[in-house]
Amino acid sequence: MRTSVQEMIAQSKGKKNKKFMEKMIPVILFLIASVSVLTTIGIVVTLVVETITFFTRVSIADFLFGTTWLPFSNKEQLFGILPLIIGTLKVTLIAVIVAVPIGIASAIYLSEYASETVRRIVKPVLEVLAGVPTIVYGFFALTFVTPLLQSVFPEIKIFNAISPGIVVGIMIIPMIASLSEDAMSSVPKQIREGALAMGSTKFEVAWKITVPAALSGIIASIVLAVSRAIGETMIVSLAGGSTPKFNGDFTDSIQTMTAYIVQVSKGDAGYGTTIYYSIYAVGFTLFIFTMLMNILAGYVSKRFREEY
Amino acid sequence: MRYIEHEQVVKRMNGRLVANVIFKGIFLAATLLAILALVLLAYRIITQGAGHLSLDFLSNFSSRFPEKAGIKAALIGSLWLMAVVAPTSIILGVGSAIYLEEYAKKNKITSFIRINIANLAGVPSIVFGLLGLTIFVRAFALGNSILAAGFTMSLLILPVIIVAAQEAIRSVPGELREASLGMGATKWQTIVKIILPAAIPGILTGSILALSRAIGETAPLIVIGVPVIIQFLPAGVLDTFTALPIQIFDWASRPQQEFQTVAAAGIIVLMIFLLLMNSVAVIIRNKFQKRY
Repeated sequence: MRTSVQEMIAQSKGKKNKKFMEKMIPVILFLIASVSVLTTIGIVVTLVVETITFFTRVSIADFLFGTTWLPFSNKEQLFGILPLIIGTLKVTLIAVIVAVPIGIASAIYLSEYASETVRRIVKPVLEVLAGVPTIVYGFFALTFVTPLLQSVFPEIKIFNAISPGIVVGIMIIPMIASLSEDAMSSVPKQIREGALAMGSTKFEVAWKITVPAALSGIIASIVLAVSRAIGETMIVSLAGGSTPKFNGDFTDSIQTMTAYIVQVSKGDAGYGTTIYYSIYAVGFTLFIFTMLMNILAGYVSKRFREEY
Repeated sequence: MRYIEHEQVVKRMNGRLVANVIFKGIFLAATLLAILALVLLAYRIITQGAGHLSLDFLSNFSSRFPEKAGIKAALIGSLWLMAVVAPTSIILGVGSAIYLEEYAKKNKITSFIRINIANLAGVPSIVFGLLGLTIFVRAFALGNSILAAGFTMSLLILPVIIVAAQEAIRSVPGELREASLGMGATKWQTIVKIILPAAIPGILTGSILALSRAIGETAPLIVIGVPVIIQFLPAGVLDTFTALPIQIFDWASRPQQEFQTVAAAGIIVLMIFLLLMNSVAVIIRNKFQKRY
């Protein structure tokens, strides 16, 4: 085989380029992978810096322990976040009451009773339910669930905590159902069959064997779902109202942390006003709430996992 | 001594069997309830909005008058948004996944990146909006443009795409990789010519599902300050725009009853959009998925 000199030069040049490429590629890919880390840093820095600016104008004690949230007042602006937190917790509580029993019950049905055919139909339906945009759920809450509730309980106002709570609950059912089902399915078959062979009914196997064995996964799924419910925005913005109140009334208009941020953003609050910075302080509070939930979920599923 | 009281067992057996049947019914009912909710949702929205759907609805701009309100600006705006989000998020997501699966050493930095991705997935979307407002809208001075919104949305769905791409890359069998390396290919050649082609169906399916989440996301766009009433179409990525969910939110929050119909019609358009994307994802999954 004969190769001309020029070709050999060209080849070796190509090799040099290749070697250079092989060395550069990991560096470039590392930079790309660090975007996700930068995003987290960006979120934390943004929230902290703007929240500090907010605290130069409003004292931390007033913010954390104040029971009145009146940012749009002409006389004296009051930034006590407790009413917003109460509003968020009201919606979350109702969502949990709706979603936990239904979610776990369907997880048990899917993992213990359902035939392969039923699973093939139900699982995609749950996926669709999880993929519906929250704005659609919000519209459903406002135009269907609220009027329905009002026709049964006339004392319920147009904006209330119950209707968005129920719909947020519907929204997080798929999350609880599919994560819990994963946890239950990973319980080894032998344990189940052992119990069945000893004469247990299917319900006894589910309730006394599978659920306890998968409990860490089930609890983690609930905690993650609570985190989703706390951060949910559009449903509560449309159906929850915009009057933050510090009381235990579920039938009256509320405002959640997320809905406040939406209200301010929609109204085009001027850059640099206290109201502008307040959305970061509220966002930061929200961020801490969801972060704690996510850490808790990770801890529960690691710490209490039953290994087989 | 008898360990099992036969009569006792027989007595209790009926109760246990009945409990079994009752609870099976309860569990089934709970499962059906979730399905019922979906059916109810679809039924309500179609009956409310179908009457307003027409070609005029698709080709008109929004209006103060419900009967004239159309969705043109929002539909085109959402397409523009996708034109920014799709390449940005897929390049970043697949790049990160290749790094984590193929190059990353097992050290603290790598495990930090992994944990970080998992945590980022749990951050509420509205917080991403605050990030976008500070970084893209103000610091980069992009204003409420398609680019600012697109970047924000890309970061929001990035964790989903990374995880999907990681799974797809991981499912490529090791023999393929070793055969390629054994034939003298470099690592990068192996990745580009062997691993990525084998992983592409999985990557595309995951990406499309993530993109369909971005299309329906409303909260970050509101925080960024995406306007609602726009009477022109954007000409480039630096123009301001509006998007489907924002438009629907505006109609739904108006007091006039007629606008509820318009909002429902908008939701139908959005859901058809999503349905089309999801069917493409399913087709890709079924058609190109190879089992090794």
